[in-house]
Order: sequence, then structure tokens, then C-alpha cells
Amino acid sequence: MRDGAAFSDPARERFMFARRLLFTAVITVLLTALLIARYFDLQISRYEDFATQSNNNRVLVRPVAPSRGLIYDRNSKLIADNRPSYNLTIVPERSSDVDKLLADLGEVISISERDIQRFRKRLKQRRPFEKTNLRFNLSEEERATLAVNGHRLVGAETSARLKRFYPDGELFSHVVGYVGRINERETQTIEAVKYRGTDSIGKIGLEKFYEQKLLGDVGSEQVETNALGRVTRVLDKTGAVSGDNLTLYLDSQIQQVGHEAFKDKRGALVAIEIETGGVLAMISAPSYDPNLFVSGISQKNYDSLLYSPDRPLFDRAVRGQYPPGSTIKPLFGLTALQHNIVTPSYKIKDNGYFYFKGIERPWRDHNFARGGHGDGVDMAKAIIESCNIYFYGLGVKTGIDLLSDYGTQFGLGATTGIDLPGERPGIMPSRAWKKGARGQSWFNGDTINTSIGQGFMLATPLQLAVMSARIASRGEVLTPQLVKAINGQEQSLLKTQSDINISKKHWDYMHKAMQDVVHSNRGTARSISKGLTYRIAGKTGTAQAISIDAEDKYDSSKIAERQWDHALFIAFAPADDPKIAIGLIVENGEHGGSAAAPIARAVIDAYMQSTSSTTEINR
Amino acid sequence: MHIDIPLLLILIALCGIGLAVLYSASAESIFYVKRQATFMLIGLFAMIGIAQFQPRLWERWSIFIYICGLLSLVAVLFFGVGAKGAQRWLDLGVTRFQPSELMKIAVPMTLASYLGKRHLPPRFKHVSIGVIATLIPVLLVARQPDLGTSLIIFSSGFFALFLAGLGKRYLLSTALLAMAAVPTMWFYVMYDYQKQRVLTLLSPEQDKLGAGWNIMQSTTAIGSGGLSGKGWTQGTQSQLNFLPESHTDFIIAVLAEEFGLIGVLGMLALYLLLIGRCMIIALNAQSMFGRIMAGTISLTFFVYIFVNMGMVSGILPVVGAPLPFISYGGTAIVTLFLGFGILMAISTEPKRI
Repeated sequence: MRDGAAFSDPARERFMFARRLLFTAVITVLLTALLIARYFDLQISRYEDFATQSNNNRVLVRPVAPSRGLIYDRNSKLIADNRPSYNLTIVPERSSDVDKLLADLGEVISISERDIQRFRKRLKQRRPFEKTNLRFNLSEEERATLAVNGHRLVGAETSARLKRFYPDGELFSHVVGYVGRINERETQTIEAVKYRGTDSIGKIGLEKFYEQKLLGDVGSEQVETNALGRVTRVLDKTGAVSGDNLTLYLDSQIQQVGHEAFKDKRGALVAIEIETGGVLAMISAPSYDPNLFVSGISQKNYDSLLYSPDRPLFDRAVRGQYPPGSTIKPLFGLTALQHNIVTPSYKIKDNGYFYFKGIERPWRDHNFARGGHGDGVDMAKAIIESCNIYFYGLGVKTGIDLLSDYGTQFGLGATTGIDLPGERPGIMPSRAWKKGARGQSWFNGDTINTSIGQGFMLATPLQLAVMSARIASRGEVLTPQLVKAINGQEQSLLKTQSDINISKKHWDYMHKAMQDVVHSNRGTARSISKGLTYRIAGKTGTAQAISIDAEDKYDSSKIAERQWDHALFIAFAPADDPKIAIGLIVENGEHGGSAAAPIARAVIDAYMQSTSSTTEINR
Repeated sequence: MHIDIPLLLILIALCGIGLAVLYSASAESIFYVKRQATFMLIGLFAMIGIAQFQPRLWERWSIFIYICGLLSLVAVLFFGVGAKGAQRWLDLGVTRFQPSELMKIAVPMTLASYLGKRHLPPRFKHVSIGVIATLIPVLLVARQPDLGTSLIIFSSGFFALFLAGLGKRYLLSTALLAMAAVPTMWFYVMYDYQKQRVLTLLSPEQDKLGAGWNIMQSTTAIGSGGLSGKGWTQGTQSQLNFLPESHTDFIIAVLAEEFGLIGVLGMLALYLLLIGRCMIIALNAQSMFGRIMAGTISLTFFVYIFVNMGMVSGILPVVGAPLPFISYGGTAIVTLFLGFGILMAISTEPKRI
């Protein structure tokens, strides 16, 4: 080989080529020699080892299933456990006639056509001498029958494995979710090796979100078997590593109280610990028993859940999107105060109608008697008595750009980033949003609707709780989280944006007004103040489930129950040093004050009780 | 007729062995053998057909074929179909077409044609163009992801440049570049499962349930074959389904188990004979195009063999490379024959005086 200036002599080019080719030929021979050396090493030098391994005995590698990580509430109460369950498995290599074995088994215990179909499908994907599942969840009686008949059922055996169990049934189903059998679609996406030892995977909720943490590492066992596939000895074992345990911010007791408070109502509640952003309770009602799904739900049970008009499978807390209604007023009030658009002394006269220049038909206050709130309505009164007319004017003066900006800062219109799959973003409308989603320009009428949390605006109960927490903490922005610790390791608090900048005097003003919603005798939630030993700040809301014409009065007696207004409530307590914030909705509950607020009161009571009892213990 | 008799005879012998091993490896399935034989026949006729054209024709059309291949590779990126997360085929309705296979021929042909017209050794500008023409398809195929084919295309480009007289400075800098590329590839280009395969090679014990299991089974199959093997269709490892992919990438383990080291050596001898014949054709070729093209094809052919036999015996990572003429797989076989068709055309080109 040689470098050099270009030369054009064909003979020299040919010579150069021949040298290069010869060089590669030598390399080829050397590499071939390397291959031969390797095959010689395997086939001659180590022949004895491999021959024994392959001929008389067969070496198998079997997976050892890891146990799935457990889930605890904040007080270390177990809410997702593993319990032993027994499956009927078959190793076809051990049976002389699998079809006959299946028939024999069918005589002893019940095996459906569907079980057999699925078994045959699984057979195609397994490795030689691997146990293949035929039936799951054998009863004690079935196990006994199989044991008695064992001698004539060669090739079949019962094998124990751990199965997920949710001791509280329907209490946590929407948050924790459930595991279920790995389906065909999932087989395409999962890393097959990791799932060698298990046939379950997290389907929804925390079980899905933390799948990689909870799963654990599969172990393996190298065993020697005889010609029939019976294990003769274990050669080597790599233990499985259990999945990580999760500790949640959730408090079972608070969750329980909230769950019961909903009774047969439909709706959702989220309670947040203000200091950490941790979720204390997350309820979507009605609920369902997650244990049904663990080893395959029957079609009948599934259909009854899926087609129920109450939609129990729907997680309203993070997926339900509702107009926030009047619960939005404190947020917009703060926005207007901070930007000096109105002052606390600014008052309006409310006669029940709001006219906007150029539009003939007025906006009216659907929720208040004809005649309006009267003279001298200032912001505090508009919050306490929930006056729409005041906020129509405030909204127009503030303008959609500012409303939208602050709405976003308080967590509306985007997913909150909670550690759950499938969270919905809701809608915080803006000029850009309307252009993009509807292809239309923004009108003042849209601003008027937005200013009382109606129109395009939508929020999830989780977003309501987040908004409530941010008002309570005077603008501190924390991402809501469910998992407090992984394997005892505390997770750090999450912040995705900077804190909200609003002056102290405005916070003071709004906190006072919100306390008066509960504690003054004109407040829309005054009914829950009875017997309170601490102070709650809140805001009620009513959201239209259907649109009502401006001229018509809302009359529940004329409309079917499913079309009644939704009742909403946001709250935080204790009002002077907020610890817990709540957002909740009761579907078709009509009035925030009467339907939603009592549920919040029950949950906050439970929280206050739990903190006071821990302080006592600490003493 | 333009036919190179020694080449033809060796190829037929290899095909015969291939079918016999495939019969055993596919659990004595006539279906696979018939399909494979059909593709071999198509390939043989295609090869003889191609050999009838003057090499100059291929030289002239190479750039066109290259551009078509490149366009269809880009199309695969957007409209490709595939399985197990890899997107490799174009669905043409009637049949499926794998553009990366075409590139295995188009890249060396284009480079040979381009470099053959220049003064050799190639200057910086020509080397750069050659490198770029190689790397574009290599990266596109690696992204599908198909590491095996991408490696083959890369080596064919490199061999073409090397045989054209690539200067020592370039070789040295390529070596340095390759060393620098390893960490980059590892952290930015390779997928997790590809990394896993490399890790598996370093310690198969760590991954007994996944790729390590395959290597453990294939080495056991090879080792237990001993000197003379267990006899045709008598290999316990492969017949009892312990061996994964036994009729495709891992087929050499079946041959090694059933025919022993003698079988392996015999097959290697046939392969070397084939490569030797190709090198002789390269030396005697009438044009620089013919020389570079023939040399590149024979060297690339060796890469196939080395990578496949190396990975099955556990000295190279598992990249998914078939064993030429033995592994089951229609498109790959036809591509191989097309390459040898061009070689025959080169070998039978009338002498210029």
C-alpha cells in the first residue's frame, strides 16, 4: 500500500489493487482461523461438558417471579397486597397425550372451552418444559381433587404464585388502579424478558404509572431435568428482586369518610396537603371493586360496569372535565385586584341583568331570585353571595388575556403533572385557544361567560383542588403528587413553575371573603358552619350541565335529573393557617352550598381529627 | 452464454447443503424447504440473467439504482411496515419489498463505478463523496433498526474505498474515528435492546432468560456436536426446540450439532473456495469498476459468514445476520445471487486488447 500523488498508469493501479486484495485475503484467512479455533474449542476441547449437558440431562433455565411492590397509605396501612393463589399448569413434554390430559382434567374440575383456547395460544409462545397456565384461582376443593387424582394426571400440576389483592375493595380503585392479565397488545410493547415470571401488569392508576418500579426484577433458576422433564437438581439460582414499595400521601381514614359522604351521589373529590402538594384523598364516585380485574373479569361483570349509566369505571377526579362555575371567582377577583382593575371599595348596583354594549339580550344571574343582589355589591359581597352580575363586569374590564394568564398560573387548562396516567387538561380558554380549537375570533360575550367559569371553560376536580391549594398557600405552586416515598425514600416536592405574584393585602382580602362564604350569615355555604371549632374558607359553585337560554329561569322540576346543575365547592382549612385544600363536584347536585359543601366539611373534619390525634400521641 | 462454471458449481453445492440443513432445522418441514428452494431457483435464474449484460451497463446504471434505493429507504422511514418494533419493509400490495437489501448491492456498485472512473488512489474529494454515499444508507438502515444489514452496507462501502487504494492517513483516521464513535454510538444511537446484546456477549450469565439464553443454547448445541456430529435430523438441542431461531440466524448451530466440526470445516472450505474464486475474478477483471465491485462483493460475503458464525458461537454480539445460502429467508438469498450475477458478468467480460 502506498500513498502519493495521483498517477494514471493503469498497470500501476492494477498492481496497487492486487496488493490490497492480497492483504484482505490474508485477513480473511486469519479471521477464518479464529472461527475455526472457536468451533474447535467448543466442539473438541469442551465437547464432554456440552455433550453431558445436552445428552443425558437437559439444563433448563426457569424464571423466578419477583413479588410486586406493596402500596401503603401515609400511616403504613396496606392498600395493595400480594396473596398466594393457585393455578393449574401443564408441561406438555411430560404428558404423552395432551388432548387426553385435557379431557381427563375436565372430568375432575371445571375447565371451559375458553380456558382451553387460551391455553393453546399460550402454548405457542412458551419455551420447552415451561409450565403453561390452564386455569387460574383454583379453589381449595379443586386443589384437593387434583391432588387425589394426581397419579392419572401426569403432566399437570398446581403451582402457587402471588396474586394482587386490594383489601379495601372499591375504596381506592380509581387512584391505585389494578393489575390484570397481560393482553396481546401489551405483549407487543413490553420487554418480554422482564415479564417471564409474571402474567400480570398494571392496567390503570398508580399500578400502571409506577409499573416499572412495582414490577421488580425477575430471577432465574438453572435446573437439571431428566428425560421426562422432572427437575433432578438445581444448578444455579439468581434470586428475584421484589418491586419497590410505595408509600402514598393518601390517608385511608379521610378517604373512607369522603367515600361514605358521597353515598349514592356521583362526583369526585380531591384533597391536597398544602405544605407538600401530596394528595390526602382522591375519590371518584361511584367506584368498583378492583379485585374483579386481577385474574380476569367475567364478561357479565365487565358489561355491567361498562354500561352502567353511573359510569363507575370513569375516573372523574382526573378525567372528568366540568365547568368550574363560581368556584373560579376568587381567582379572577384576585387577578382584578392585583392589576388595579377594581378596588375593594368599587361597588355596583345589581338588578339581576347585565347588559353589554351592542348586545340586546342581557346576561342574567340564573342562581338568584329575580331582582338581583341589590345596591352596593362590592367584591366581598360578590364572593360571599356569589353574584354573577358583579363578575360579568369585572371579567370584561380585566379582559380575557389576564384572566387566562392567571387561570394558567393557578393550574387550569393544562395537566397538573400528578403521578397518574390519563389525566385530562381541561380548558382555560384564551384568544389563541379559540382560534386553534374553533377557528374563530374571541368575542366579549366569551369573556363574560368565562368570568363566571362557564362557556368554554372546563376543569377537573383535581385542578379545582390545585387551584384551591394555590389560593390557600398564597400563590405557592406545587405539583400534586400521590407517592410520598418509594422504598422508604422520601420523594422530593415538585415545582414546575414559579410562584404566583399577588400582594399580601389582596390575599388577606380574598381569604376573608372566602371565610365569610362559610361563616357569615349571608354566605352561600353557611349551612356547614354549624358546630365548627375551626374556620373554613371556601367558595361554592354551580355549573350548568346543559345550556339554558338567558331568558329562561332554571327550574329543576322541569328537567330530568341527569341534566340538573352540577354542584361544586372549593375549600381550605384552617382558614388562618391552611393545611388542607379541597376541590369537589357532585354531578347534578344542583347547589354547591347544600350538596357539595357538606362533603367537604366531613372530609376536613376527618383531617382535623387525624392531625389532632397525632399531636396528642406526640405529646 | 456468460456463465462462470466454477462459481456456479460452488453455489449449487452450497444451496444443496443449505436445503438439507434447513430441512432438519425446521423440524423436517417440507413447506420451508420448498419455499427456500423456490427462492434459490429464482435467484439462480436472476443471476444468470444479470450475467448476460455487459458490466459497463451496471456501471452506468448504478447511480440510478442507488438513488431509487435511497428514496425507498426514506419511504420506509415514513410508510414502512414491520414487526417487533422494526420498520423494514415497503408494502407494495402484491409483495413486500425490503429496500435495505437493495442497498447491499447498490452501495458497492455505485462506489465502484464512481471510484473506477477516477485516478487512484482517490483524492480527498472523492473519498468524502464515497464516505457520504455509504453513511446515508447506513444510518437510515440503523434507524429502522436493523443493525446487521447496516453493518453489511457499511463494510461494503469501506471495502470499496479500501480496494480503490484509500490512503494510510485515511485508514488511520478511520480507526481513530471508530474508537471515538464507540461511546457516541453507545450513548446516543443504540437502542436499549441493542446495548443489552452487547452486555450479554460480555457476560451471558447475566441474562439467562433473554438473549443470554439463546447463546447458552447455541453454544451447547455446537459443543455437543463434537467432531463428527449426532447425525442428520438427530440433533437433540435443535429438534427439542431448545435452540431459538434455529432455521434462520442460528442455523449454523444445527449444522454444527448434527455434522460436527467436520461439517463446519467442510462448509467453511466451500465458503473460502467461493471467496477465492471471486478474488481471482476480481484480479482478472477488465476494468477498475469490475475489480472493485468483485473484490467488494467477495469481502462483504465473508463479513456475513464471520458475523453470523461469530455471533452464534458467542464471540460477537447478536445482531441479526443470516448465514448466506443456509439461513431461511427469501429476499436475502435473491440479493446474494444478484451480487454473484454481476460477478459473473465481470468474469466473462470479453478481453480488451
